[in-house]
Amino acid sequence: MNKTAEQYWKANIRLVSILLVIWFACSFLFGIILVEPLNTIKIGGVGLGFWFAQNGSIYTFLVLIYVYTKRMNALDVEFDVHED
Amino acid sequence: MDLQTLTYIVVGFTFALYIGIAFWARAGSTGEFYAAGRGVHPVANGMATAADWMSAASFISMAGLIAFNGYGASVFLMGWTGGYVLLALLLAPYLRKFGKFTVPEFIGDRYYSRTARIVAVICLILASVTYVIGQMKGIGVAFSRFLETDYDTGLFIGMGIVFIYAVMGGMKGITYTQIAQYCVLIFAYTVPAVFVSLNITGNPIPQLGIGSTMADGSGTFMLDKLDQVVTELGFKEYTTQVMGSKLNMFVYTLSLMIGTAGLPHVIIRFFTVPKVKDARSSAGWALVFIAILYTTAPAVGSMARLNLMNTIQVGEVGTVEGNIEIANVPQWMLNWEKTGLLQWEDKNGDGRIQYYNDKNAEFAAKAEAWGWKGNEMTKVDRDIMVLANPEIAKLPNWVIALVVAGGLAAALSTAAGLLLAIASSISHDLLKGVFMPDISEKNELMAGRIAMAGAIGLAGYFGLHPPDFAAGTVAIAFGLAASSIFPVLMMGIFYKKMNRAGAIWGMISGIGVTMLYVFQHKGIMFVPGTSFLGDMGPNWFLGISPNAFGAVGALVNFAVAAMVSKVTAPPPEHIQHLVEDIRVPKGAGAASDH
Repeated sequence: MNKTAEQYWKANIRLVSILLVIWFACSFLFGIILVEPLNTIKIGGVGLGFWFAQNGSIYTFLVLIYVYTKRMNALDVEFDVHED
Repeated sequence: MDLQTLTYIVVGFTFALYIGIAFWARAGSTGEFYAAGRGVHPVANGMATAADWMSAASFISMAGLIAFNGYGASVFLMGWTGGYVLLALLLAPYLRKFGKFTVPEFIGDRYYSRTARIVAVICLILASVTYVIGQMKGIGVAFSRFLETDYDTGLFIGMGIVFIYAVMGGMKGITYTQIAQYCVLIFAYTVPAVFVSLNITGNPIPQLGIGSTMADGSGTFMLDKLDQVVTELGFKEYTTQVMGSKLNMFVYTLSLMIGTAGLPHVIIRFFTVPKVKDARSSAGWALVFIAILYTTAPAVGSMARLNLMNTIQVGEVGTVEGNIEIANVPQWMLNWEKTGLLQWEDKNGDGRIQYYNDKNAEFAAKAEAWGWKGNEMTKVDRDIMVLANPEIAKLPNWVIALVVAGGLAAALSTAAGLLLAIASSISHDLLKGVFMPDISEKNELMAGRIAMAGAIGLAGYFGLHPPDFAAGTVAIAFGLAASSIFPVLMMGIFYKKMNRAGAIWGMISGIGVTMLYVFQHKGIMFVPGTSFLGDMGPNWFLGISPNAFGAVGALVNFAVAAMVSKVTAPPPEHIQHLVEDIRVPKGAGAASDH
């Protein structure tokens, strides 16, 4: 693997790792592990933990994929590995 | 116009639309049969993926499970959406860059082994057939209600329609039909949700309605009211009840997420986009369209439960007039009684129905004092809740007809996509790829269609005695995919040194452990009476239910693969170059066949 390809891959792994940490936090951590303490905080009539488990995590997933797509497309251009 | 006629018209119209589209876009070549010629826009592809993805389990079954499991059913909501993050970040762009038609093809090439390809095909078929069994349950429920027959008859008719529909189309037809089906199903899901939310909370947006106060002016929050109603009858509190244990929920969610990213009929979608860039955004678009339904489902589930409880418990708990008289049960209960999926029995002979949790020991004394002799709603199949919901909420007939059409659209679109994945793995991977390389294109298509027919028959047979509710059965399919396909795909991309032996033993041990666990509790191939350990909490390993075991299988897969690859020869040079090549988007040409 040449130099730029290697750096490109490293940048990719860094981005993916950060996004997966958030992925884990919004679902497993907030929605399951910390659900009871978070449920003491209410938004409207819904406990925050319950909300993350049933709605909030899904919204977060959407943002994660959006950020990934944007960032990766930018990285492709930066390292000149884009298509065409 | 009466409900039955209206339902026939709406369902008939949507079917005519799908068949028309399938005919207009029917497949002419094997390429079009498997991958729609790669000319599909990301938004269109995302919509089709969403329809493909959201099956009877999502549409018909999930909200019913939410209704009865409350917070515990969050595993389905997170599990079936979070997997798209894994798919977008870890698999889709690389598989698109690789540029072949099927998942086993990737595994065969990456692990330079026909054996690996055959093992992948077998895993894929096991997962897909189990998944189709779940769909058949949903199709059986929808058709039995639609035609007002019993469940078995509904199932047989449904099988016939799936057969005609899937065998004709191929991927190109399926892609365009699925776009139409998405529109039908999302409309059918959200319209009643808006009505019900408006009725109960006064807020037309279901996602907000769930956090709003009741519209009766009491100022009580909807969820607090629901908690109160269910606990008064001895049921567990809606917003805090867990499914099994928190560990089980954790593993269950993980299993569904990994399974999502390992299911062939979803992955295959990302082979059909023009560019690597589009593979990334397609996953995002698919999740947008899926999220519309998934964020609505919690409102549908909780409000359906509230309406159901209030239908039977019409007045104060414990008073004689508090329970509905059997002579006065609403029409929807009579309609569903015909399908055999809803049953009641007047155990204490008072001419009224008592619906409560008779397994709750603390509540038993109260119930006895009131002269209650056990729960009289003897069967409430969870899978009827979404279809019955508009009837329970007394919505207009056209809404009810629409929901039936939506349920059928969801079940049909997924069944078609899955059958296509099964067909392609048998005709393309097994016959053409391994056993009969000289097979003509025409015969390959023919073999694919025969494989579809076989899969429908098999799934229909097991659908007569499904191992669980539709969503539960589908969860098992995800476990099988999670434990076999996902780990080897991921390691194939991210771990250059992963070799043939590691991948093969990883897949075999992962799916082996999962199947053993599922079969020991649910029966061999789900045949009742062949399980050697009862399917109940105390028999489960660490309290993990068989539906959730795929995540454990996946861990075994990763571990075995890593160990075996350490002690066997590393992959040859050209394979390591192949991995480097798929990691960069540049040079992704149009996909080639062989």
